[in-house]
Amino acid sequence: MATLHQRSLARLMVAPSVVLLFLWMIVPLGMTLWFSFQRYNLLMPGMEEFTGLGNYRYFLSDPGFWISLQNTLIMVGGILAITVIGGIAIAILIDQPIFGQGYVRILVIAPFFVMPTVSALVWKNMFMNPVNGLLGQVSRAFGAQPVDWLSQYPLFSIIVIVSWQWLPFATLIFLTSLQSLDSEQVEAAEMDGAGIWARFTNLTLPHMGRAITVVILIETIFLLSVFAEILVTTNGGPGYQTTTLTYLVYTQALLQFDVGGASAGGIIAVILANIVAFFLMRMIGKTLD
Amino acid sequence: MARKVTNTRKWIFTCLAWGVALLIFFPILWTILTSFKTEGDAVATPPKFLFFDWTLANYREVQARSDYFSHFMNSVIIALGSTALGLLVAIPAAWAMAFQPGKQTKNVLMWMLSTKMMPAVGVLIPIYILFQRMGLLDSRTGVLIVLMLMNLPIIIWMLYTYFREIPGEILEASRMDGASLWNEIRYVLTPMAVPGIASTMLLNIILAWNEAFWTLNLTTSRAAPLTTFIASYSSPEGLFYAKLSAASTMAIAPILIMGWFSQKQLVRGLTFGAVK
Repeated sequence: MATLHQRSLARLMVAPSVVLLFLWMIVPLGMTLWFSFQRYNLLMPGMEEFTGLGNYRYFLSDPGFWISLQNTLIMVGGILAITVIGGIAIAILIDQPIFGQGYVRILVIAPFFVMPTVSALVWKNMFMNPVNGLLGQVSRAFGAQPVDWLSQYPLFSIIVIVSWQWLPFATLIFLTSLQSLDSEQVEAAEMDGAGIWARFTNLTLPHMGRAITVVILIETIFLLSVFAEILVTTNGGPGYQTTTLTYLVYTQALLQFDVGGASAGGIIAVILANIVAFFLMRMIGKTLD
Repeated sequence: MARKVTNTRKWIFTCLAWGVALLIFFPILWTILTSFKTEGDAVATPPKFLFFDWTLANYREVQARSDYFSHFMNSVIIALGSTALGLLVAIPAAWAMAFQPGKQTKNVLMWMLSTKMMPAVGVLIPIYILFQRMGLLDSRTGVLIVLMLMNLPIIIWMLYTYFREIPGEILEASRMDGASLWNEIRYVLTPMAVPGIASTMLLNIILAWNEAFWTLNLTTSRAAPLTTFIASYSSPEGLFYAKLSAASTMAIAPILIMGWFSQKQLVRGLTFGAVK
């Protein structure tokens, strides 16, 4: 009897979370899906009508969509490459026996705790500004022409800024993973005459495989939603050069008030994210067993 | 002889690691230093590193010009409020799933996680329209609720992984001794659960403080937390580097300090227990 009683109590305790999350995600998502089949513009109230796949046709035939999709892929791919490769290198470096390891780790992790609007504005003004920015001053000191990063290489600049924020995350996870590497195994390999590279590819890398996958998947989820960094630096420009899918949906909805079109874009973003989420969920699911 | 070689090696790696670390930390250091400069010194050529007239004028001016403190308080209220509310809902759920797992528990957990995978733009439009209708745009209550819901899956998952590490035998033993459910929670579980709850809280405050999609879209002025307030510096007037730095330093300092205390929990929380 007690177990039955406790079981229903357990259900009762889980219920609020389930209900809240249901209201928070499934209901709005259903609304987005519904809107995406409507002609619905906030500037033209009372003109709502069913258009079937009209919004999707409009969105998919908009050149802005394909550019922003391409930008999204380049941005996410670029940041992933920088943070994963850089993160592995830095994690291995910090994992060596060094003086002040704790302090080094604290310094390296710091950028992750900086709010996106701050890091974007600091980079934009104090580093990437061609006149007063530090990078411009350094290049002038060497007699070179200063580069106006955000207008000459806008997407690359965004990649640099966001990578700076996410490199610490990757490093921290790789470091955690490295510290669980069996040191006796490494010593044994060393005694058997395995070189640094052989030890890295045959021992370290396979050991970190799981951490690398997790970093790639989780970063992808978060990076698909990068927004503040673009809003305060380039506003998606010049032209469409830094407009990502997230940013395109934002402009379509809150600047052009095209609810139907923006919803179609939102649904496309959800589908893309779900492809990644599918693999991530499978990996995390395994930890539950 | 061998010892000497390792020592040299250690020094080389120390120098390398510190070099990389300082390079990564430099933008933050530079922001903090610039916040104590005059606007003239902030854009001086060549850049002034340490030898300038240190001043607190920027901090005073940021407060006087735009009521910085009220935005700071908005951030505090939103971050703490959403965390408290989230814990209130999540602790019972995580507790039940960790200690009374049913057939559906794994599916429920995975479903909760899947809501976190949903990109925010997928639900931006309905939430915005609903908030507009309900008068919740630019209100602290509105953002607080959204951030609580957004982070709820992370809170539940983190708590779940902590609670699951509490050995079940202890519960059985206390039940054998005739402890009631309430006593079981009060005297056995709570003391063992507190560290996990504390780290979950810390991580969630950090995430809520830095959240910059919903805060930027749902607040404009009255309820604007620091993320939105700092964004207003993207359309500057005149010289503003020192003031931007002062506003930024105050915005990141509390979280930087909290973050350093929660490094380990960060890994567990953000990887949903997949890397420990």
